[in-house]
Amino acid sequence: MVPPVPESRRSNNLVIASAVFVVAPVTAPAQAETPLGYLRSFGAMAHAITPLTWGLLIISLVVCVIVIALVLGGIVLKRQAGHITAAIPLMRGGDGAGWVGLGVGISSVVLLGSMIWTVVVLAAINEPPSKPALTIEVTGQQWWWKVRYLSDDPSRILTTANEIHIPTGKPVRVELIGADVIHSFWVPLLSGKTDVIPGQTNVTWLEADRPGRYAGLCSEFCGVQHAHMGFEIVAQSPRDFEAWWNAQLKPAATTGSSVIARGATLFAYRCGACHTVRGTEAGGAVAPDLTHLMSRATIAAETLPNNVGNLSGWIANPQAIKPGTLMPTVYLSGPELNDIRSFLLTLK
Amino acid sequence: MTDAALPLERTGPLPVGPTARRGLGWWGVLCLIATEGALFGYLLFSYFYFAVQHDQSWFPHPLPSFRLAAPNTIILLLSSVAMWWGDRGVRRGARGQLLTGVSLALLLGIVFAVVQCFEWRNKGFAWRAGGYNSLYFTITGFHLMHVAVGLFVLLTILVWSMLGYFSPRRSAPVLIASVYWHFVDTVWLVVFATFYVTPYLW
Amino acid sequence: MTSSEVERTPEIASATTDHGRHLEQIWKTAPGIAGFFSTVDHKAIGKRYIVTAFAFLAAGGIEALIMRAQLTGPSEHLLSPEQYDQLFTMHGMTMIFLYAMPILSGFSNYLWPLLLGSRDMAFPRVNALSYWVYLAAGLFMYAGFAIGAGPNDGWFNYVPYSTRPYDPGLNIDFYSLGMIFLGISTSVGAVNFILTVLRTRAPGMSIDRLPIMVWGTLTASAANLLVVPAVSLAFFLLWMDRQFETHFFDVARGGQPLLWQHLFWMFGHPWVYAIVLPAMGMVSDGLPVFCRRPLVGYTVVALSTVATMILGFGVWVHHMFATGLPNLALSFFSGASFIVTVPSAVAVFAWTTTIWLGRPVITTAFLFFSSMIVLFVIGGVSGFMTAAVPVDWQLTHTYFIVAHIHYVLIGINVFPVVGGLYYWFPKMTGRLLDERLGKWNFWTMFVGFNLGFLPMHLSGLRGMPRRVYTYAEGMGWDWLNLITTIGSFLFAFGVLLLFVNLVASLRRGRIAGANPWDAPTLEWSVSSPPPPYNFAVIPRVASRHPLWEDRLAEGGAVRSSVTRGMVLDHGRETIATTPLDGEPDQILKMTGDSYAPFVLTLGMTVLFVALLRHWWWVVPVSGLAILAALLLWLWPERELDQVAETRS
Repeated sequence: MVPPVPESRRSNNLVIASAVFVVAPVTAPAQAETPLGYLRSFGAMAHAITPLTWGLLIISLVVCVIVIALVLGGIVLKRQAGHITAAIPLMRGGDGAGWVGLGVGISSVVLLGSMIWTVVVLAAINEPPSKPALTIEVTGQQWWWKVRYLSDDPSRILTTANEIHIPTGKPVRVELIGADVIHSFWVPLLSGKTDVIPGQTNVTWLEADRPGRYAGLCSEFCGVQHAHMGFEIVAQSPRDFEAWWNAQLKPAATTGSSVIARGATLFAYRCGACHTVRGTEAGGAVAPDLTHLMSRATIAAETLPNNVGNLSGWIANPQAIKPGTLMPTVYLSGPELNDIRSFLLTLK
Repeated sequence: MTDAALPLERTGPLPVGPTARRGLGWWGVLCLIATEGALFGYLLFSYFYFAVQHDQSWFPHPLPSFRLAAPNTIILLLSSVAMWWGDRGVRRGARGQLLTGVSLALLLGIVFAVVQCFEWRNKGFAWRAGGYNSLYFTITGFHLMHVAVGLFVLLTILVWSMLGYFSPRRSAPVLIASVYWHFVDTVWLVVFATFYVTPYLW
Repeated sequence: MTSSEVERTPEIASATTDHGRHLEQIWKTAPGIAGFFSTVDHKAIGKRYIVTAFAFLAAGGIEALIMRAQLTGPSEHLLSPEQYDQLFTMHGMTMIFLYAMPILSGFSNYLWPLLLGSRDMAFPRVNALSYWVYLAAGLFMYAGFAIGAGPNDGWFNYVPYSTRPYDPGLNIDFYSLGMIFLGISTSVGAVNFILTVLRTRAPGMSIDRLPIMVWGTLTASAANLLVVPAVSLAFFLLWMDRQFETHFFDVARGGQPLLWQHLFWMFGHPWVYAIVLPAMGMVSDGLPVFCRRPLVGYTVVALSTVATMILGFGVWVHHMFATGLPNLALSFFSGASFIVTVPSAVAVFAWTTTIWLGRPVITTAFLFFSSMIVLFVIGGVSGFMTAAVPVDWQLTHTYFIVAHIHYVLIGINVFPVVGGLYYWFPKMTGRLLDERLGKWNFWTMFVGFNLGFLPMHLSGLRGMPRRVYTYAEGMGWDWLNLITTIGSFLFAFGVLLLFVNLVASLRRGRIAGANPWDAPTLEWSVSSPPPPYNFAVIPRVASRHPLWEDRLAEGGAVRSSVTRGMVLDHGRETIATTPLDGEPDQILKMTGDSYAPFVLTLGMTVLFVALLRHWWWVVPVSGLAILAALLLWLWPERELDQVAETRS
């Protein structure tokens, strides 16, 4: 039962609602067009960084305009009619140092101001604004992301891959572990990037204001498929997030038709050395956990939308889609592919 | 442009060819020392970069012993003194002093290199055993390579001295070799302090 | 021809054709193949550097164009990921190591003795060696590419990806050994530049009369001496990990991946200043000629050159802002990265003021020198943005950085270099480059470059990462990449026009004469091209602008003199002066042509190939051969007065 909303908060909500209805149509298409563009922000850390980005960008543009005007102006206004250099008489030197001083002086003031602003912003985002609601351990490896949701209750620790769900409105602590080479964890709309370095655990934090899907990507060259090592942050209301977590904890159901049972067995035999599907024999730990594969929007680390056609194509020949990926192309006959696919399609 | 040739005409006699401290070779070896010194700087940076991330357990236990290294350091220092003395000899015109100094420096340098090889053998040539060992063998290895080059240089100077190439005015190579040898010695002092002394400070 | 004289008062005379003929006999290089392999003439070596560097520029450019073709639209299949990775690595390595520094070394090699009033560089054979080693190292690294095993982890080659478990082929071995090899060239070249400027100048050329280009290369050389060992060491440690299983960088056995980044960037950041400061010096020396007045603020520009380099030693961590370092370190390096732009601002305002307070003549050289100011600032402000750590956490590793590096490298190296070609080609060849073609050259390069790289700022701000062989559609990057590809091809066409102009003008360009631009410095006082001995008599210098003195009333009562000076013709000789005041204090005997540098390079090449292929028995053999060659090289020569005077 929802308690009644007090009068003052109702009018606040009205203001916010109208602002959203004005702003959203402007930014929403923009977000859709440039899903990785960070001149807009959707979370606390990015909110702190983006004004500084805009500020320095505007200063930079102003400086460029001024210098271009000065150089062009000097050339256009002072240029000599002739083109024979030797024919133009010389002028004496010794003057002009004052102008250099003026230019450098103004530049130095701007630089000093920018430096101070930078230090302030850096200090502000060092720690999340409030205590993190949750800690996620993200392992970057060639070329996918393993995600473990930590909990004080061991039975609630959850392992998935590539699609990272977080609750809105609260900071989430992210511990970054490097399994092989250096990667970098970046969700442009929510935060700056942090490298994933083997041998040390880097820590960053994320917070999303409102529900939505925020694209992420690896942003340090890590090998041949660096271009296809994306991930996605799915921000949900705290209630939806809890529900999602509970659903993900459930093992796969392998009852059902004989096709599915056959598929499960075949999957465990052919794919289970690398992949895990909880509730079956497949328990490999070197590839993404697929227990709830069909709950994800994409496959192959954000490379392809998760539909039947793409799934088949990926299983049949991963090397054709991500050449060099560590998933080998395993020969599967038509019926075998069909069985495995049918089984995977049940993993909601 | 006029041809006013005021101070120009008053240049007195100038030395021709390389003299001890004005020759290009002198400045050249100083540049060489700057760059090689920087190399050792980066080597030791690497060592300390590793070391500060660990506590004393990272070092081998027992800690590196002074038994061979300390006397060896003295030997190298004496070798430098001998070379310095030999260089003084050439500038005074004392050929005997030059030959004795260089020979002694060469001999002591060879002893240093041999003892260093024994030190390596005591550690079992185990450069693969971990970060510390990789650093130890690489850094002392670089030093030993510089010692080897230095020995080659000293031998060359000895031969050229015996051939009578040097005189008080024409002694630049002796000074250059001497400075390079002192550099090798100085690097050893720093390397020695790093590997043998600093672990006790951890 | 010489006796082993100990002292001499140099003969002073007015230059005559007899002097010239006599000096020509002493200084000329043997003709044909013999001369080709043995010459130590700094002018020949300088031209070789320039030609070779431009060849590598062309190679790197073609690599870029192939990549741009692949990236024209989303999801293209022109290249496999491995091919793309080798291309972007070769492109970066080629441009930054095999073009950007050598081209400046080439100009400096050619010009310095002429600018300084000397007859050759301080160490002529070392000069030749630095070129041969550069060529050998460049070919060594390209050999890997040619056999399909080119370096493939980017030009900064981060570990652990470049360690054996992840990159098992020869790719990184070619890169590691090649870079150590190349480092030898850079280091010996740096020593040569330092000694040349400190000791072999014309009498009267005090330190405040040096052309800014000399300040630039001197500063860069001093820096190289101190930082090249860092990268050579990094590559050596990596090579050791890969061949002998040491544990510098492998995490499993206690290695430290970030050590690579520290060592690399402690070298890398000073390096990027080293590849622009000499070019900035070219602008500081050339632009005023086309503004018909001395540079505004010579002293502060010279000091800012040195200041930029010194500050540049203290900013390397700004390449590592995202690696998880503590806030204190981040703040320090962020602050330093802001401050380092101040000396650059000095140069920008000095140049701009020189235009305003001068009489600009719109020649092609002027266009390149002045447009460079604009490109410099655009590159500079994108760098300014990345100095702010939180902003860098968004910008780093995106195309915004690619835009930044191309604006600073093409803007502050390539454009001044091309301007320098238009300026100094007449001196080197005796012919002027065609001005009409030059204007076309300039505009296609300028428009093409901006069309290609300005959009990259936007694709970077829209999140496009670096080093991706393809990208998905719907990211907002498609049309930006299309424009970039078109612009790149236009820019490449502009560079082609430059090559056409060079080749055509070599044969049919207008004869230049000694001083076609009425420029002030010493190189313009000799014929075009200069004779092998540069100056028939050593000039005496009384101001920064010897050839402008009578019109500028600089230098007081004493005037520079180029027609009367020290003859110094008892063999290959030049004068040595004190470092600060430029007073003569020694007559230097210079070495003549020699095969030793070439032979030594061959020996070193054998050594590096043996290391690459693990032919361990060859290593000590070639090592001994190298020592023997060095011994012969350094053997005291009576003719050079390196041996004690005989008593009898």
